[in-house]
Amino acid sequence: MQTNELLVMQGIHKTFPGVHALAAVDFTLRAGEIHALMGENGAGKSTLIKVLTGVEHHDAGHILLNGSEINAKSPHHAQSLGISTVYQEVNLCTNLSVAENILLGREPRRAGSIDWGAMNARARELLTWLDVDVDVRRSVGEYPVAVQQMVAISRALDIDAKVLILDEPTSSLTTLETEKLFAVLRRLKEQGIGIIFITHFLNQVYAVADRITVLRNGKLVGTYDAKALPRYQLVELMIGRELEELEDLGGLKKHFEPAPGQAPVLEAKNLGQVGTLEPLNIKLYAGEVLGMAGLLGSGRTETANLLFGVDDADSGTLAVGGKVEPNPGPLASIQRGLGYCPEDRKADGVVGALTVRENIVLALQASRGWFNYLDPRKQTEIANKMIQMLQISTPGPEQLMKNLSGGNQQKVILARWLATEPDVLILDEPTRGIDVGTKAEIQKLVLSLANEGKGCIFISSELDEVLRTSHRVMIMRDRKLVAELQGEDMNEQSIMEAIAGTGVSTEDTAAAAPQHAVAAGSAR
Amino acid sequence: MKRSWSIDRKFWPLLITVSLFVLLYIYGIIQYRGFSSPQVFFNLLVDNAFLMITSIGMTFVILSGGIDLSVGAVIAFTGVLSAWLLNHFGLSPAIVIPLMLLMGVVFGATMGAIIEFFKVQPFIVTLAGMFFARGMSFVISTQAQTISDPFYRTIGLYRIHLWGKSFISANVVIVAIVLIAAIYLAHFTRFGRTVYAIGGNEQSALLMGLPVRRTKILIYTLNGFCSTLAGVVFSIYMLSGHGLYVSGLELDAIASVVIGGTQLTGGVGYVIGTVFGVLIQGLIQTIIMFQGTLSSWWTKIAVGALTLIFIGVQSIIYSSKRKRMASAQRVATATTTAPAAPATAGD
Ligand SMILES: Nc1ncnc2c1ncn2[C@@H]1O[C@H](COP(=O)(O)OP(=O)(O)OP(=O)(O)O)[C@@H](O)[C@H]1O
Ligand SMILES: [Mg+2]
Repeated sequence: MQTNELLVMQGIHKTFPGVHALAAVDFTLRAGEIHALMGENGAGKSTLIKVLTGVEHHDAGHILLNGSEINAKSPHHAQSLGISTVYQEVNLCTNLSVAENILLGREPRRAGSIDWGAMNARARELLTWLDVDVDVRRSVGEYPVAVQQMVAISRALDIDAKVLILDEPTSSLTTLETEKLFAVLRRLKEQGIGIIFITHFLNQVYAVADRITVLRNGKLVGTYDAKALPRYQLVELMIGRELEELEDLGGLKKHFEPAPGQAPVLEAKNLGQVGTLEPLNIKLYAGEVLGMAGLLGSGRTETANLLFGVDDADSGTLAVGGKVEPNPGPLASIQRGLGYCPEDRKADGVVGALTVRENIVLALQASRGWFNYLDPRKQTEIANKMIQMLQISTPGPEQLMKNLSGGNQQKVILARWLATEPDVLILDEPTRGIDVGTKAEIQKLVLSLANEGKGCIFISSELDEVLRTSHRVMIMRDRKLVAELQGEDMNEQSIMEAIAGTGVSTEDTAAAAPQHAVAAGSAR
Repeated sequence: MKRSWSIDRKFWPLLITVSLFVLLYIYGIIQYRGFSSPQVFFNLLVDNAFLMITSIGMTFVILSGGIDLSVGAVIAFTGVLSAWLLNHFGLSPAIVIPLMLLMGVVFGATMGAIIEFFKVQPFIVTLAGMFFARGMSFVISTQAQTISDPFYRTIGLYRIHLWGKSFISANVVIVAIVLIAAIYLAHFTRFGRTVYAIGGNEQSALLMGLPVRRTKILIYTLNGFCSTLAGVVFSIYMLSGHGLYVSGLELDAIASVVIGGTQLTGGVGYVIGTVFGVLIQGLIQTIIMFQGTLSSWWTKIAVGALTLIFIGVQSIIYSSKRKRMASAQRVATATTTAPAAPATAGD
């Protein structure tokens, strides 16, 4: 391996009001290496990237690129220095086409004017590297988060860079998509580009990274050779305590079977929407965690949207606590005792300009009606409880939401729904972007809620997570409920088969076998 | 890949605007004698040339998510200052006109720089610019001044004859040039695309490494230029200057942009829509004139109502996006999960 140091960051300090986000952090990137940056939510990973690329400015420290000191004033400046970045949240202009989002600022021109034909062709070419086939002339906002993430990555890949930075680029991608990305990364590495890669998926780190730098609470823990650092040790370094307590769910998961004559707390009969979801039946009992597995676009999120009344069903009925209500909106659903933590937190959940406390009590306040104002002391009390329970890293409940790290924002959204104390909680990818330690905490939380007699629908792309938490699993494929597994039958193998449409399911084997394995790449 | 046959939703507001214009025009022809004379249409251009120019500049500002309230005052000030320079100092129009345009550039760039560097709301900065320009007009003269410069008079009274008896003025030619340049700028230059990107999501544009700052300053500079150009065109049209002229014109310009289908929050819209926005306002005025008994203030009321309706239409189109997104999601995921099929998207 080459040892030429491409990028050196020395003694970087960065403070925000109330937070020492980076304290004397050193970081070195070699040419031709993939360097993973690891750490819990709020450890300072994104901040280090932002400082490097001129989004934020460091209070002290030096940054050297190819031996000469640089100080990026803006992302624009950083790009011109040869640093190309995909930031943590998908940052695209949804009003513009896919092609433009990839090539904005670098549009091919002919005689000084933008050559749209060449631009679309170039965009298509870049997307084929990652095997994405979309109409590049349509608005990027029309496509799901996974495609948007691929678009953002393509944009970064096209920039002629010496340093490529990817901040949690794979959070919405499936295994196959991730593999394609990795193939491209390895190729770039061969060409001598230095790559910084941030993720919470340990599998992915070991799949591509040469070296690993670990941050904890804004401080450098150390830099290690990936081959020489066993997985359990990496986790220990990240969370600063023993791995063991994470391993099991503390016996929280008990055998579940509805009592004879027990009525389901949520029951959908023939619930469907033409073109979106084929009519399906769901029974969820109090005290049960019902997992939902399936590929991206298999209808999981659509099901959740129908259950919560975000979209109106055009067939079937939905009873909550035995009561049927036709097409309730989200507000009515909250009042009926449902809670829904949506998948796309940036679009559907986070109110950046409000404080953490306000974000947490938002749904609770809405369910009470705006004139039944929740006592501020009570609000703070709830917020503090949640911050502690979910280990949200923030200086306090009055911090603005937009100042939280990506993973901590996700926790706040989860807290919002826990605060309403719903009878039925629907969680769509609740652990996306969340670190290993907290992931287990959330899984425990879901199980203890069930033990308290709540019903929970748990949607996740990570199979082992679904298996660990759920008593029963529904499998979706092609916007259809294709199988339901429980007890002995419920294991990784059987779920995979059902998802792929081989084995378990009898109907619809004609549907092309998905080319995807499920994203099973969680930490453990 | 499934391709939708329907027109992309982002064109809907533009289509509605154009259809509205056509319907109003047909209504006029059916209702009133003499409305079908081509000159009725050409007068729309002749009488609204300055409004078109300034509205085109405003389109860029609104596309970027900003606003500029100073344009009316700048037009009036340009008129007053040109009249003063021409009449009192006997300066040649060859000096006065470039000087006016330069003033617009400097004025706009200054406002843009204040907005960007001091992070002040464009609303506030351009409001201050508006008061400044109006105030300066009266500092120079409280009276209306007639422009007697032969060049201005010749151009102002010059008629370019088309077929039959119909004609346009030289100002209309300027509008045509500005329009073509603006469309080119919006769709075929990096500046133009960056304006759309900023309007779509400024934070994203910044993180994508686009020159957001420079572009925003340039947008206000461009609009400053357009408003002084409109001012020059207006003085040629009126052959006089007065600080009281065109009060509230900035709002007409904003209304034209909105009626033309541009989203007030930025990112979506077309320059050509703005032209139709102006034409619709002019047409309503003409219809009211032909009608004869209604007060001309009804034009304002109609324009106000239309603006509201258009904002309403936009928000409906926007809010139903959710559903569309859900359906697009299905198509898209189906395609991304498929193995690399040859790209079906042609040009
Ligand atoms: N603009 C800001 N103002 C105040 N605090 C901030 C700001 N940006 C980040 N922080 C704080 O700095 C700390 C580090 O945040 P950072 O986003 O770097 O975490 P991270 O390691 O990327 O976490 P995650 O895995 O959740 O993305 C957090 O405590 C966060 O709340
Ligand atoms: Mg982060």
